[in-house]
Amino acid sequence: MATPDRVSYWNKTRGLMFLMLGLWIFFGYVIHFFVSALNNIVILGFPLGFYMAAQGSLIAFVVMLFWFARKQNSIDEEHGVAED
Amino acid sequence: MANTATGGGGTDFVANLGRIYGIYTGGFIAFIILMAILNAMGVPNVVIGYMFVGFTILIYAVIGILSRTMQVGEYYVAGRRVPAIYNGMATGADWMSGASFVGMAGTLYLLGYDGLAFVLGWTGGYVLVAILVAPYLRKFGAYTVPDFLSARYGGNMARLIGVIVLFSCSFTYVVAQVYATGIISARFLGLDFNVAVYVGLAGILVCSMLGGMRAVTWTQVAQYIVLIIAYLIPAIWMSTVKTGVPIPQLMYGQALQGITALEAAQNITNGHIVPFVHGGYNALNYFLLILCLMVGTASLPHVLMRYFTTPSVREARVSVAWSLLFIFILYFTAPAYAAFAKWTMLDLVASGLTPENIADKASWMFRWAAADNALVQICGKAAIDAAAVAAACGEAGVTNIGFANINLNADMIVLATPEMAGMPYVISGLVAAGGLAAALSTADGLLLAIANALSHDIYYKMIDQDAPTARRLVVSRVLLVLVAIAAAYVASTKPADILAMVSWAFSLAAAGLFPALVLGVWWKRTNSAGAIAGMIAGFGVCIYYLLATRYGAVGFVEMWSGLSTATAEQLAKFEELKAAYAAAPADGQAAAWTALDKFAQSIASWGGVKNLSAAAFGLPVGFIVMYVVSLMTKEPSQEMQDFIEEIRIPRGKTVMEEKTA
Repeated sequence: MATPDRVSYWNKTRGLMFLMLGLWIFFGYVIHFFVSALNNIVILGFPLGFYMAAQGSLIAFVVMLFWFARKQNSIDEEHGVAED
Repeated sequence: MANTATGGGGTDFVANLGRIYGIYTGGFIAFIILMAILNAMGVPNVVIGYMFVGFTILIYAVIGILSRTMQVGEYYVAGRRVPAIYNGMATGADWMSGASFVGMAGTLYLLGYDGLAFVLGWTGGYVLVAILVAPYLRKFGAYTVPDFLSARYGGNMARLIGVIVLFSCSFTYVVAQVYATGIISARFLGLDFNVAVYVGLAGILVCSMLGGMRAVTWTQVAQYIVLIIAYLIPAIWMSTVKTGVPIPQLMYGQALQGITALEAAQNITNGHIVPFVHGGYNALNYFLLILCLMVGTASLPHVLMRYFTTPSVREARVSVAWSLLFIFILYFTAPAYAAFAKWTMLDLVASGLTPENIADKASWMFRWAAADNALVQICGKAAIDAAAVAAACGEAGVTNIGFANINLNADMIVLATPEMAGMPYVISGLVAAGGLAAALSTADGLLLAIANALSHDIYYKMIDQDAPTARRLVVSRVLLVLVAIAAAYVASTKPADILAMVSWAFSLAAAGLFPALVLGVWWKRTNSAGAIAGMIAGFGVCIYYLLATRYGAVGFVEMWSGLSTATAEQLAKFEELKAAYAAAPADGQAAAWTALDKFAQSIASWGGVKNLSAAAFGLPVGFIVMYVVSLMTKEPSQEMQDFIEEIRIPRGKTVMEEKTA
């Protein structure tokens, strides 16, 4: 089962997973640690720290997921394990 | 785009989905316009309310009946041919509960920035669903989440624990949905609450009983359309009235500025946008709550099972992205909704609100207070009429009613906003239909998750493996009805505790299921001894923390004084109350105990963590126990390792082929 191609497939898949997990930690937590500092920046009436929790991070999550679906699919195809 | 990938699905229905739901959406908008015209012509409000609720439930019932099925694959996983985008919409409706629709904006209104923990927690979890869990469960080809646990961890023990966790996190949740349908029907149809609960029950059953997952899927898509329209219209309305631009999500920056200015004028210190100051959410609890909600999202069986219905692994991944997009549309509107509602209220107060003029300026408050005393309180008393307000404020020495004197319940804010902002009644009817759609769709998903676990996992897999298909489906339906009736009965007793427990579901699911699901795919070395020990330990710690801090708070405070963050003053007060209880005469004991217990609940914790975030303890315990016990026991067999290899790649047939004839 564990052919070299399979190993490389899983390494790439795992790499993508950790990248996504890193982005998730950044947008889900890290950026909100700085909410008070970010709130000093105001755009269109939105304090930036508040905006990130109310909209910014959410937009990032949505974009990340569509990008992930495409990226993972291209990894699948590259290794010949995509569905027909 | 998603449709092209579904080739194999093949039926006319799937090919024509876009047209069917397009016509449906157009029809619903035409119906709203018709109602608006009738409303303007003087048709009474109560009739408008009945038409909204009746018409939408009728549609769901028709879809439910048309989707009836006697095939196992259709009943459990909708034949696995739901295109990604429609599964995304169905998941959106499945996910957004009555509480999201009715309560979320209210919570944000009350908690300001700190309420955003819910917005973040209930969206970010989908990242985990997509990258860690859903595609692999889809490849495995399960009918239920415990199905996967059993196959991966060899046997019925893991399956049974899975069913127990599933039941404990889903049942309280479904009770709350039935309760919400009862509240909405009672308020807008004027039915008695006890009758309204059973009307809601009928609405739920008609969608799910005949067609299982297939019927629930297509009604959930219809329900999503209703609920999102109903949520957006009042927000757009307020934005247009207040700022002249009909894009609330973009324009509420102005509302935030308005709120901050008015708050300063009113001398309110903990402003709307100030982080970590509302409702006991310090930074620690804010971030832990986000974590528990996110991980809980990625473990709740009624959400995960939606991804069993897509035609392929590829579509399952895309479908998670669509789900989040559809959920995002509501969740990024909620803070705008809250901000406009708060701005409206602050404006009202700033215009000089007194007990004398409140009848002219805000008579809507009296109607809500009359419906339930707890919903609107002014100067600490229910604001039933101007006289009651005058009496309460006179007593409190308040002549000008300030923002702080008005106490609105979180659950009424969305439902009352149309009146608050002076919209016609037709909008209220629409909001009621939306709230109902949200509660019904979530209830359907949950009921199906519970009934499927009982019928497929317990009855078919554990009791009678030779059961013929027809009998399995009959058993499924009987169990569905029984669980539904039990939920409606519990809801009709108005159990305050159950409603508070709903948010526990996330922590329970996170601690009980997440480590087993994730490690099952990502760490081959996980074996059944490790998984079973980890699930029991994680779930056990979590449920202990939840129950002990709420029902055994006094004992908890004494036992864990070393881990408590209570101040010396609080501990002194605790000792004082305890002494008072010990010294109380027989007739005063109950009252003394209540006071002691209530205070103990407010300080019972490990390290100051709110019990809402119990998975903060259960989750790491689950992971560590699973890791350590797995390493201490034998590694999984070669077949099991091959099995894991197999679910990791999308190509090939589903691993578990069910007999579906």
